[in-house]
Amino acid sequence: MKRTLAILVSNPLSALGVILVAAVVFSAIFADFLVPFPSHRGAVVDFANFNQPPSWQNLFGTDLVGRDLFSRVIFAYRISLVLGVVVLTIAVPVGVTVGLVAGYLGGWTETVLMRITDVFLSIPPLVLAMSMMGLLEPTLTNGMLAVTAMWWPWYTRLVYNIARSEKEEGYVLAAEVIGASRLHVIFREILPNCVPAVLTKMTLDLGFVILIASSLSFLGLGVQPPTPDLGSMVADGAKYLPDSWWLTVFPGLAILVAVFGFNLLGDALREILGVEQ
Amino acid sequence: MTEPTLLIRDLHLSFKGYSGLVEVLHGISMHINRGERVALVGESGSGKSVTARIVLGLLQMTRAARIGGLVAFEGQDIAQLSRRQHHRLRGTRMSMIFQDPTSSLNPVYRISEQFHEVLKRTVPDIEREEGDRRAAGLLSDCSIADPERVLASYPFQLSGGLNQRVMIAMALANEPSLLIADEPGTALDVTVQAQTLKLMRALVARHNTAVLFISHNLGVVREFADRVYVIYKGRIVEHGRTADLFDDPRHAYTRALMDAIPRLTGGGIPEIVDHSDSYLAPLIVHEGCAEPGGAR
Amino acid sequence: MSPVVRLIAKRLGISLIVLIGVSMLIFTIARVIPGDPARIALGPNATAEQVAALRERLHLNESLPVQYGYFIADLAQGDLGISLYTNRPVTRDIAQFLPATLELILVAGTMMILIGLPLGVISARYRDTWIDGTVRVVSLLGVSAPSFVWAVILMLLFAFFLPIFPIAGRMADSFTVPTVTGFLLIDTLVAGNTRAFGSAAWHIVLPAFALALSGIGQAARLTRANMVETYDKPFIEMARSYGFPERRIANRYAFRPSMIPSLTIIGLDFAAMLGNAFLVEAVFAWPGLSRYGVAVILRKDLNAIVGTVLVISAMFLIVNIIVDLLIAFINPRIRLSQRTA
Repeated sequence: MKRTLAILVSNPLSALGVILVAAVVFSAIFADFLVPFPSHRGAVVDFANFNQPPSWQNLFGTDLVGRDLFSRVIFAYRISLVLGVVVLTIAVPVGVTVGLVAGYLGGWTETVLMRITDVFLSIPPLVLAMSMMGLLEPTLTNGMLAVTAMWWPWYTRLVYNIARSEKEEGYVLAAEVIGASRLHVIFREILPNCVPAVLTKMTLDLGFVILIASSLSFLGLGVQPPTPDLGSMVADGAKYLPDSWWLTVFPGLAILVAVFGFNLLGDALREILGVEQ
Repeated sequence: MTEPTLLIRDLHLSFKGYSGLVEVLHGISMHINRGERVALVGESGSGKSVTARIVLGLLQMTRAARIGGLVAFEGQDIAQLSRRQHHRLRGTRMSMIFQDPTSSLNPVYRISEQFHEVLKRTVPDIEREEGDRRAAGLLSDCSIADPERVLASYPFQLSGGLNQRVMIAMALANEPSLLIADEPGTALDVTVQAQTLKLMRALVARHNTAVLFISHNLGVVREFADRVYVIYKGRIVEHGRTADLFDDPRHAYTRALMDAIPRLTGGGIPEIVDHSDSYLAPLIVHEGCAEPGGAR
Repeated sequence: MSPVVRLIAKRLGISLIVLIGVSMLIFTIARVIPGDPARIALGPNATAEQVAALRERLHLNESLPVQYGYFIADLAQGDLGISLYTNRPVTRDIAQFLPATLELILVAGTMMILIGLPLGVISARYRDTWIDGTVRVVSLLGVSAPSFVWAVILMLLFAFFLPIFPIAGRMADSFTVPTVTGFLLIDTLVAGNTRAFGSAAWHIVLPAFALALSGIGQAARLTRANMVETYDKPFIEMARSYGFPERRIANRYAFRPSMIPSLTIIGLDFAAMLGNAFLVEAVFAWPGLSRYGVAVILRKDLNAIVGTVLVISAMFLIVNIIVDLLIAFINPRIRLSQRTA
């Protein structure tokens, strides 16, 4: 742990990743105390101040109904992170279990499970989530559902490949020889070997879930107003380019910063844990 | 007296790591005369392979490596050479044979293409047909019965023994004056290894090629080398003609190495687990084996 | 039968099974969602009789497997049903909108390969130098923003701020060329209208680049990672100790083996563009499948949604087969072995 931290800080890029992620998470958690206009996360109007360029009072400018964009961006981080955490909390255990079972048991189980996984993987991720969102009502819950549905197969594939190579290893054979149950072998012998890879992928994916969710809401298929959301902010602002550039640029950069941070951190973890790409 | 093909004097090597400099070679000296076969024997991690890579100039590319001392190739101090000049020597005047022939050949190119690349080192504009013709001749010299088939194959289609012969043919293709053999054929099975070593010995004798033979296997060394240096933890501990050294091993570490030769197979890796302070005793040089210029 | 033919046959077979799976999946999603598709299609003002009639026509009163049976029977005749949004056959709608999207993706994919791979090669060759550092940061930035953010930023910079490229559309309105392939870059050339070609080419640069950026980053990162791994292989040390030129080692001896693991992922990135194209098309008002796709999704136009997803998945599978063939071409083990992997 100490070593991990030392390496994280010694490399400037990894350190930047730690700082960015910490800043995003911290601001999302304590948004109520940090932002200048906490009430602006909801349906508030302040027509006296609408569509103002960035200033000291409104760092990112104000939107078309006069709300402080900076406050809304920080609150949007909170929604994005909650969404990311919920999606991964569901998708990772499901994906990992399916992958372990398919990889270890082999035979018909493997064929059926992996073909189903292939089906999900054969629909470009965004398209699958989009069509689900379109058919369901566009709410935060359904957004999580749609993104989860497209996310688990990636973990299945990752873990499946590891499980398939690990099951030939000596320690697995040894466990089988002394009569360990299948459950024991899968969860106590093979699973621990998947942890580094899964952990790394989860870090990277927190960023990518934010990215995909913002894409959905950019198309009008995600979180609905007045909930602050980075994707829909960009979409709304794009109509007012180039004059009200701040409406799109700041929410857009906010996505970039958060995803970049998680990517840097994920890359650093990958290096430390020795996970292959 | 003519210049030795390779002269190493007081060679130091250290690597810069997380916790400062780590010295790997503590000042080794050795030489190889024209056409002479000299073995450098020691355990893995003793500094044999890095020595070879310094001679070739490969370690100099690593920024973490700090190298001191003299390495002269045919009378020329390689530290004085520009990168370009040193590069020009590789594959032409000096070449190398590796431990595992199959993984040392590129898996996605045919032997013919790889051989062509080697031949281009001395004849840059050599045509493919001409290259194949020369390669076929060289492969025949290595007792390969159907060189055309071998040239048209990928490494994974050939046996380890065949790949080893291909490597030997490539290594000698440009008539180098120094061949470095780093544990050649250790990955092969014992009989194949013995055959290829015999072949290699005959070929280098015919071409009058000097050989730096790196090995941990004293049994193999005895068959192959004229002179032997024993290296332990980055220091040469004993040096002598092969016969002298085997008849009368004087250094405690050399004796321990000899006791570790597997009797029956001659293969396998002798692991000397125990450490003894006597292994760190100073260098013992057998009669008539002084370094040129009196270096120690 | 040669191994390559066997490989194609096997991949085609698997793809067909997967495509059937996709059709079942998307069909099921479309049918089990709450709400009556017929009612949605006809709107709140339609009478109960009209809704009942449409339900009958769409076989909505049958069980799910029976409905799927009708669907497959129609599909076998190349019929994806009528779009409730445009009132035209879904196949005709897709045929109209797909070429613009495909053209965008193909140009973006070409950019991804031509820029991303060399960046990765350079990065690996100059590993741990400032060149490597720069490429790594830039490529990571590339993958760290969704395509629509890049689209907006590029548009702001190179269409508004520096008015170099056009803001929207596929070609200046003053040109008209007869539709042959639907690919304007080809149709303009077929018509021999080089100025229209120039206009079309000028229009596609920004959207394609915005779409390509994350792919470029991904391809560069992947190529670098696999090249770095290959550089540690004995055959590279062998090439070095024989004095093969560094550049040749990078561009051939290390690059080609490294591409074997990279290609699969690059294929996936190419496929991801099928989805990301929706985002870029929206920003640049590109008249492709996106506008249609989003419109039918928002209107819950079942036939059109199912059709669009199926076509996109089919293209995805075709890309995968092409990638597998490329891998077989590069990797002699697959090409020459008797059993296909």
